[in-house]
Amino acid sequence: MFPEEQRQISSVCQRLHRDANAKAVLLIGRDGQPIAEAGEVGEIDVTSLSSLTAGNVAATGGISKILREKDFTSQFHEGEKTHVHITLVAGRAILVVLFDERSSLGLVRLRVRKAAEEMARLFEQVAKKAAAGTGPSILNEITDADIDKLFND
Amino acid sequence: MSFINYSSREINCKLVYYGPGLGGKTTNLQFIYAKTSPEAKGKMISLATETERTLFFDFLPLSLGEIRGFKTRFHLYTVPGQVFYDASRKLILKGVDGVVFVADSQIERMEANIESMENLRQNLIEQGYDLDKLPFIIQYNKRDLPNVASVAELHAAINPTNVPEFEARATTGVGVFETLKAIAKAVLTELRRGSGG
Repeated sequence: MFPEEQRQISSVCQRLHRDANAKAVLLIGRDGQPIAEAGEVGEIDVTSLSSLTAGNVAATGGISKILREKDFTSQFHEGEKTHVHITLVAGRAILVVLFDERSSLGLVRLRVRKAAEEMARLFEQVAKKAAAGTGPSILNEITDADIDKLFND
Repeated sequence: MSFINYSSREINCKLVYYGPGLGGKTTNLQFIYAKTSPEAKGKMISLATETERTLFFDFLPLSLGEIRGFKTRFHLYTVPGQVFYDASRKLILKGVDGVVFVADSQIERMEANIESMENLRQNLIEQGYDLDKLPFIIQYNKRDLPNVASVAELHAAINPTNVPEFEARATTGVGVFETLKAIAKAVLTELRRGSGG
């Protein structure tokens, strides 16, 4: 992920959090890595939630294959207080919206659709940049000594 | 796939522990969890059956320190080893950066090791990976048991490409951190190589 797109994706998450009256918004890679977040995430174990959500989406994808369906693009979990709306964005990332009685499934769905389109465009941009080889440079700077230092007891 | 977050200055990588059922994959993670300081680890999640066999995966997030001001975070996963959970195993390999194969050294598990290794290779192909191009470490576990095959026999059976290998007793922790360090180092080295550095 490039710093500029990372910043733009974070701002899409923040806007979605506001427009959907959500408790929190998370964007997660399909492999379970958290990418961006907005809202009340302080008390949430984002790392665990990301990993489990990615597992959930992967399992649902497995079910869709068995049923010869295309990916199921969204899921909804209804809780007593908190509800979870999960959407696959451009087949690349998972957008999770946590919300409560301050919002509604209809509103969340509506706002997610727009945010997902914006994110899909940003992913496209990232893919183009990556293909053009204008990658971030931190990895190039790492030396053998840096790696060894990490493992010194 | 590794993910670099420039705003939070983090490098995130995904490691998967693979191998036959009851070989000690979960035990590896449990030992790492028990011996890591609280600030370096997240919560360990085990999605297991009532009899504590891994149903979907175990998950352990670990921080290994900083490189050039970037925190390095490794997400450790195990797969369910039992043969009939193959669909779940494939899913967990999505986005993998490095693989540890935990072999069961007992002679009667030799066939299970070979079968699981073939299954790993095949499932990686289905996800678009080539095992020979991924950071890959083999651990020969349960070396303390009386009925074990020799390391030479195990090597001949499942390590024809001579990837780094370690002997272990995961229940007491022997070889566990050596294996983890080796795979983490291999993943970081590969990341740098892949970026042209």
